[in-house]
Amino acid sequence: MALSMWRKLPKLMCVGHGFHTSPAYSHIIKLTRLRVVDNSEIGKRAMAEGKPPKCIHVYNKKGVGTIGDKVLLAIKGEKKKAIIVGVKQNQPALSPKFDSNNVVLVDDNGTPLGTRIHVPIPQVLRTILKEKNVVKGADYTKLIALASRFV
Amino acid sequence: MIFNQLKKMALPNAARKLLLGVKSSFSLFQTTANAEYRYLSSVSNPKGLLSLEKEEENKVAGHKNVVPLECRFVYPEFLPDPRLDHRNSLREKLERMDMMNRRNHIDIPEFYVGSVLAVSSSNPHAPEKVTRFVGICIQRGGCGLRAFFIIRNVVDHQGVEMFYEMYSPVIQKIEVLRLEKRLDNELLYLRDALPEYSTFPLDMEPEYLPEGSAIPVNPIKVKLKPRPWLERWERQELKGVQDLGLPKRFYERAAAVAKPWEKYDLMAEYRESIPAEEQEEIFAEVYSQLHQLEVTRKIMKRKRTFVKPKKMG
Repeated sequence: MALSMWRKLPKLMCVGHGFHTSPAYSHIIKLTRLRVVDNSEIGKRAMAEGKPPKCIHVYNKKGVGTIGDKVLLAIKGEKKKAIIVGVKQNQPALSPKFDSNNVVLVDDNGTPLGTRIHVPIPQVLRTILKEKNVVKGADYTKLIALASRFV
Repeated sequence: MIFNQLKKMALPNAARKLLLGVKSSFSLFQTTANAEYRYLSSVSNPKGLLSLEKEEENKVAGHKNVVPLECRFVYPEFLPDPRLDHRNSLREKLERMDMMNRRNHIDIPEFYVGSVLAVSSSNPHAPEKVTRFVGICIQRGGCGLRAFFIIRNVVDHQGVEMFYEMYSPVIQKIEVLRLEKRLDNELLYLRDALPEYSTFPLDMEPEYLPEGSAIPVNPIKVKLKPRPWLERWERQELKGVQDLGLPKRFYERAAAVAKPWEKYDLMAEYRESIPAEEQEEIFAEVYSQLHQLEVTRKIMKRKRTFVKPKKMG
């Protein structure tokens, strides 16, 4: 019995990609695929081609991105910055959990590249982005003005 | 001499109790197979058993117990966590008092997994300081003050879920828009289902059931998206899901890892449940207040439904 189990094990290991022993955390870390939810040209094209951008850096101390964090994306061979506006990860009480990891592309000043966001956005983002503003520097609150709906 | 007489008197009583115990465990064994709320009770249909015991009690104490057994389905959060190292009778009692205090302030209605709810909560980040979210309850759990529920909706083609603590002071109002049950105790598979099954308009009108009617069970079978999924749904005996359409090897593996004998494990059942006698004790403590609240809620509902006639012409 034990012998047959051992024989099976390498077979399981070589499956590799689909074999997990623990549940997924859904963390936003380096190399996580994200979903662009604004109507910027580059974002729209990347999503339409089935090549969603990869996160290549998270601008916080933990390395795990949450709502309101800035990330660096690799999108269509370019590097773009983006703000996370919705996460798949389990959330504390009273904050929404989304079915996908959503981002909105912004430039270095915090101005969104698109003109519309077509998914709901968490209310907390208002406060978080206001706190992250830098005087005479990046202004992220322009993103809030684009949102069509808050949850 | 007297002692001997007493012994004679006591013996048949003890024998009867023993018999009762055997009977109860037997009925337990019978009913575990189709027990829906295994977590909540050691006996899924203890009416027969309780009536026997009640008769005895009536003989002894001469009063009737009026707590209905549906309580544990309507107010499951009043039952404590059955894990022994989590039990503490004093803490449970204090929690129950706090829960009743909260229930005196806001109306926490009867709802089940599968009901459509609208929850208003105060939110310092919103401009109007209140947010309202509508969705279907996909999970409900927790004991005492830690009771929680998750509601899910698809807003603008984006699935959104909200986790609420039932006794959180931030919650202002819980409305039941559609009171119904589903075929399963948890609807987490809606995350992998087609979006139309969890789409509810945010301005949904409440649907009222006629008074005194049983809670309807929605027999809808949900169609799942193709794999990959969040969980291996084929391994969980789901009733509310259409044919999964997987290759044969998935079902073979599911059959191989299935543990169909677990539902007959009486000891596990005992460990994971609160005995019926204890449940009665708990609900006897809070039922009168809960019932009072329910009555006042009904009166308020009737008041609200009265519409002032408009002047014509």
